[in-house]
Amino acid sequence: MDFLAHWGLTLSVFLPIVGAALIAFTPKEQEKTIKFLSLAFTFLPLVVGVLLLRVYHIGMTGMQLETNRSWIPSIGARYHVGIDGISLPLLELTLLVTFLCAIYSLKWLPEPHNPKGFLALMLLLETGMAGTFIALDLVLFFIFWELVLVPMYFMIGLWGGPRREYAAIKFFLYTLFGSVFMLLGFLALYFRASPHTFDVLQLQRIGPSLPSGIQNLIFLGMGIGFAIKVPMWPFHTWLPDAHTEAPTVGSVLLAAILLKMGTYGFLRISIPIMPHAARTYAPLIGALAVIAIVYAALNCLAQTDLKRLIAFSSVGHMGFVMLGIATLTQIGVNAAVFGMVAHGVITGMLFFIAGSIHERYHTREIPQLGGMALRLPILGGLLAFTAIASLGLPGLAGFWGEVLALLSSYNPLSALSSHTFRVYMVAGGIGTVLTAGYLLWMIQRVNLGKVPAQWEGKKLVDVQPLEMVAWAPLLLLTLGLGLFPRLIFDVTTHSVIGLTKLLGG
Amino acid sequence: MQIDYAAVAPELVLTGALCIVLVVDLVLPDNRKGLIMPVSLLGVAGTLLALLALAGDPTRTTLGGMFVVDSFAVTLKILFCVAALLTLAMSYDYLRKEGIHQGEFYFLLLCSLLGMLTIASSRDLLPIFVSLELVSVPAFVLAGLQKIDVKSNEAALKFFLFSILSTAVMLFGMSLIYGITGTTNLAEIAVRLAATPVLRSIAVLSVFFVVVGFGFKISAFPFQWWVPDTYEGSPVPVAAFLSVASKTAGFVGLLQIMFIAFHGLADVWRPFIAAVAILTMTFGNLVALTQRHIVRLLAYSSIGQAGYILLPLAVVNVNGGSVNHEAFAASIAYLLIYAFMEMGAFSVAVAYGREGGYFIDDYAGLGYRAPGLAVVMTVFLFSLAGIPPLAGWAAKLFIFRAVIDGHEYWLAVAMAVNTVIALFYYAKVVRRMFFEPAGDGPLGVKVPLLLQATIAVSTVMVLLVGILPDLAAHLARMSTLV
Repeated sequence: MDFLAHWGLTLSVFLPIVGAALIAFTPKEQEKTIKFLSLAFTFLPLVVGVLLLRVYHIGMTGMQLETNRSWIPSIGARYHVGIDGISLPLLELTLLVTFLCAIYSLKWLPEPHNPKGFLALMLLLETGMAGTFIALDLVLFFIFWELVLVPMYFMIGLWGGPRREYAAIKFFLYTLFGSVFMLLGFLALYFRASPHTFDVLQLQRIGPSLPSGIQNLIFLGMGIGFAIKVPMWPFHTWLPDAHTEAPTVGSVLLAAILLKMGTYGFLRISIPIMPHAARTYAPLIGALAVIAIVYAALNCLAQTDLKRLIAFSSVGHMGFVMLGIATLTQIGVNAAVFGMVAHGVITGMLFFIAGSIHERYHTREIPQLGGMALRLPILGGLLAFTAIASLGLPGLAGFWGEVLALLSSYNPLSALSSHTFRVYMVAGGIGTVLTAGYLLWMIQRVNLGKVPAQWEGKKLVDVQPLEMVAWAPLLLLTLGLGLFPRLIFDVTTHSVIGLTKLLGG
Repeated sequence: MQIDYAAVAPELVLTGALCIVLVVDLVLPDNRKGLIMPVSLLGVAGTLLALLALAGDPTRTTLGGMFVVDSFAVTLKILFCVAALLTLAMSYDYLRKEGIHQGEFYFLLLCSLLGMLTIASSRDLLPIFVSLELVSVPAFVLAGLQKIDVKSNEAALKFFLFSILSTAVMLFGMSLIYGITGTTNLAEIAVRLAATPVLRSIAVLSVFFVVVGFGFKISAFPFQWWVPDTYEGSPVPVAAFLSVASKTAGFVGLLQIMFIAFHGLADVWRPFIAAVAILTMTFGNLVALTQRHIVRLLAYSSIGQAGYILLPLAVVNVNGGSVNHEAFAASIAYLLIYAFMEMGAFSVAVAYGREGGYFIDDYAGLGYRAPGLAVVMTVFLFSLAGIPPLAGWAAKLFIFRAVIDGHEYWLAVAMAVNTVIALFYYAKVVRRMFFEPAGDGPLGVKVPLLLQATIAVSTVMVLLVGILPDLAAHLARMSTLV
């Protein structure tokens, strides 16, 4: 247990990269070994992740399971990792979803067939994603953050759809553009802090006393990096392309986890370290968030590609998350973290389903589908269930994040204008209606109606056991988190209170 | 005058090796000329040993204060020797295949290396100038070694003419400095410049002349025109040597002069250097976008990289202090890391060039035909682009850090934008290699053993320093002169 408390996090983050290295040294003909390795090295971190829950004290504020070691002394960067109630759910989500992707990949691998490359990259990606959620040193955070880029670039560019090359380079350039500004922000913060430090926890003590002009400037620099990753309107244009062109597993990981890195960056770094700037920019962030909600919903109404529709819906859902964050209140931030997890579970699931539909119909054009509930009742049912969860039906996971984000904007942090945020609330409310509209319309067009003539007599296989195994945890979580939101809120609340205290809430 | 022979031991060893190479070349029959390579390799290895024996010693000064062996000198000399070793290993098969005069090649390479070693120890304008010429003159011939190739001739001629011109300008600048201060010793120049404010305008003029001269060596804008043609026309290992060792030698001279002799005038030259650095990186990166030949791409990329290395000079403080120390260390750290990623990329270009891969188009589908080669090329290119956790990222971090420490936020932003532009052309090559189907080219690329070794060494260094950047950062901080 002692070992786990000190090195458990490190283990869960670096096991996948070990697996990637092992796969790299396995001859590519031995596909079974490669798949086994990918399964094992996503399962082991998950086991470690579950064991971590036993040593983690849920009722405590502040960081736990910390490791803090010397790393680059000459520039003052340390290997400092730890988790609290905000990062724990995201870490567990990462470990779970990647494992499910490994299960799914046992049978369904995108073309061109190359399990060695694909699975090694997936494991590399897992290290980057999980590491981002535990890093407590800005340089370390940056490394993990960037580690995600290359594997995702290859995943989209090699195994993606027809416009894969364009989507891949767009994703890469956009994110790099954001992250270099983020890095400049980190460095500026380092030199402004006295004593100079990259340590997030120390900066949370030092940062708030920085002059407000400096805070605003640094917040803006970092904000560009985080906002592109979220993505916030108007920085979202890389997302529909990347999500649509990426192979199924790539889309799932992008939607379920990568996007959360941006919102997590706001919660872990920008807001607690620069609370003054956070209050300054909150109305702007809120405005961009509601624009994203409405804009994404309108866009979704116009989409004919199922995957592109889900991709745009992500922009909207992340809008709710950002709206919750922008209120800077306990309820709002709680809603944001819940929304992040719920979106990860639900949209991850939707992308799995979209992938499976494409696998069967070889098209994702909604007008060409239709009547799926007749031909593939189980797949149709799952699509309906998940889509309804996505639109925020009470009792399912999507509900809490959205409704609490709207609720909290009725009464934002006292330093913020409640009038402004009430306007946001109304606009966001209209967004939820539109969201319900496009999702129900999508269900109607895909599931109901007549089966188009081209599918008559064609053999279409319904959900297979392996798919069910890969999806069951997500479906159960969708229901479970909807019925027992305390599963998340109990973990997050203490840390969120700690965060909002820094903001004077 | 007493000579401290221990201090000059590496140079003596190398000079000895030079003579042996020359003699061996005379006695060997034509079909056995390849043997000169191992002899040269041993010579450089011996030099390296002599250097390692000096590492960690207290500073030695000899030849009337002109020649100093301190940690700065030792670190950079080791870097030069390693770069030479990698170049030698890269050249062996290349020269045999291309039928290039091997005896002359190795001799000239070692001559150039000797100049590099002495420039790192020179704390006086005269030896700096002589060393710089010793670096360049053999390099002219190296560039033109493929006598029957028109491009090689063009390479040598362009290199020669540009170099002569810039050297003349630099020498004029140096003579002005001597005229004002009456000394050629760098530290003494700084003292006397501070004491004679009357002649400041002439001093500034001479600083500009000197910078112009070095601007050519380090391929800074607008003195970079020779670079792409020379690199393309030269034998590829020579291009690698020029882009790493020769460029580093230029930086070594420039850093010494600017930080020791001219830092008192930093207020005047800082904006000028800032502009040159930004223009250099922007020009290099923008033009690289349009390149189709792999060596030309690397040439323009190396111009871009020179801009990054130059940037810390734009924060030099007149009064010295920690900002100068950090800026100096950042440039040194970048040079240390740059050497390996650049050598690695050139090694791959040599390896694939053997199979006829000269153009970026030829790299299409390399990921399927020679996955190993394509993966290491990706490592080097992404390292040059500054993607963590590869070493090039750490190098850029040090530069950003120094520039922000000097409160030059806009320069950091300009460099950040450049980093993004640069990624585009590095990723372009990677895209060709992996995202395009294998063409009709043969499966597998045979890489000679020595070339494999250079690639392996470069890869290991790029990965190792990427994960533990302190290896470079610590060394660089130990090896500054301010």
